[in-house]
Amino acid sequence: MVIGMEHYLTLAGLLFTMGVFGIFLNRKNVIVILMSVELMLLAVNINFVTFSSYLNDLTGQVFTMFILTVAAAEAAIGLAILVVFFRNKGSIAVEDISAMKG
Amino acid sequence: MMVQALAFYLFAGIILLSSFMVITARNPVHSVLFLILAFFNSAGLFILLGAEFIALLMVIVYVGAVAVLFLFVVMMLDISFADLRKGAMQYVPMGLIIGGVLLAELVFMYGAWSFAPESVANAASPTPAPADIPNTEALGQVLYTQYVYPFQIAGLILFVAMVGAIVLTHRTRPGVRRQNIAEQHTRKPEDVLSIKKVTPRTGA
Repeated sequence: MVIGMEHYLTLAGLLFTMGVFGIFLNRKNVIVILMSVELMLLAVNINFVTFSSYLNDLTGQVFTMFILTVAAAEAAIGLAILVVFFRNKGSIAVEDISAMKG
Repeated sequence: MMVQALAFYLFAGIILLSSFMVITARNPVHSVLFLILAFFNSAGLFILLGAEFIALLMVIVYVGAVAVLFLFVVMMLDISFADLRKGAMQYVPMGLIIGGVLLAELVFMYGAWSFAPESVANAASPTPAPADIPNTEALGQVLYTQYVYPFQIAGLILFVAMVGAIVLTHRTRPGVRRQNIAEQHTRKPEDVLSIKKVTPRTGA
């Protein structure tokens, strides 16, 4: 049995779908939504590395490192905003975040 | 070949199971721990694909930094997570529909996928044979030459994120005594010291 590119792409597709589903399932909890976004980024990374490996092109792996950078920055800023929000409002429920609704 | 297939199915199965647990676990601490498990197993997949450097980066950056950050925040915030889950079930059909549509689109796209014959020859930075140089060295050779500007911009993004996170969470609390060196240096004896002449036997 040979593990081809399709196997990895199927896995990445399933993982991405799981991330999207997680956003809907945890619509009120910002922390789990951020984790779902991390799962989706992981799926994208798997796609990049798979194509990079099967096409013999290192660019995909270089790009994966940049995605990793952005994901780390996003998590740090997102969680910092979350901490500040919790300090001010005492809650992290998504529906309480409506101060700028007008 | 058999070992490779077994390893792939093991890693893939654990990734899918643990990502399912991430989005369904009642306790967010468990969610974070399952996220760490998913990251570890994806590192295994990357090693299987021959991308050792990305695999180790995954463990260092995601498990060592991002997941631990999540863990800190989850444990620091004192929230009743049970309240947040109330009424979550009403969004499940919608989520299933959108997720299903997305999955179907991905399946159709992969099903119709075929490489252009020239795409292999057009590789921007072809991977050298693993026998010649290891994956890490090959990545370094393109990262610091061909992609040096994106690399610098990535560093800048991390720097801005660091400054942003510090500025957002930093607060000046009242009642904390801090050293003010300028104030210390401009302090003069006559401002704070007064000398009193006390005549003998009149002191109280």
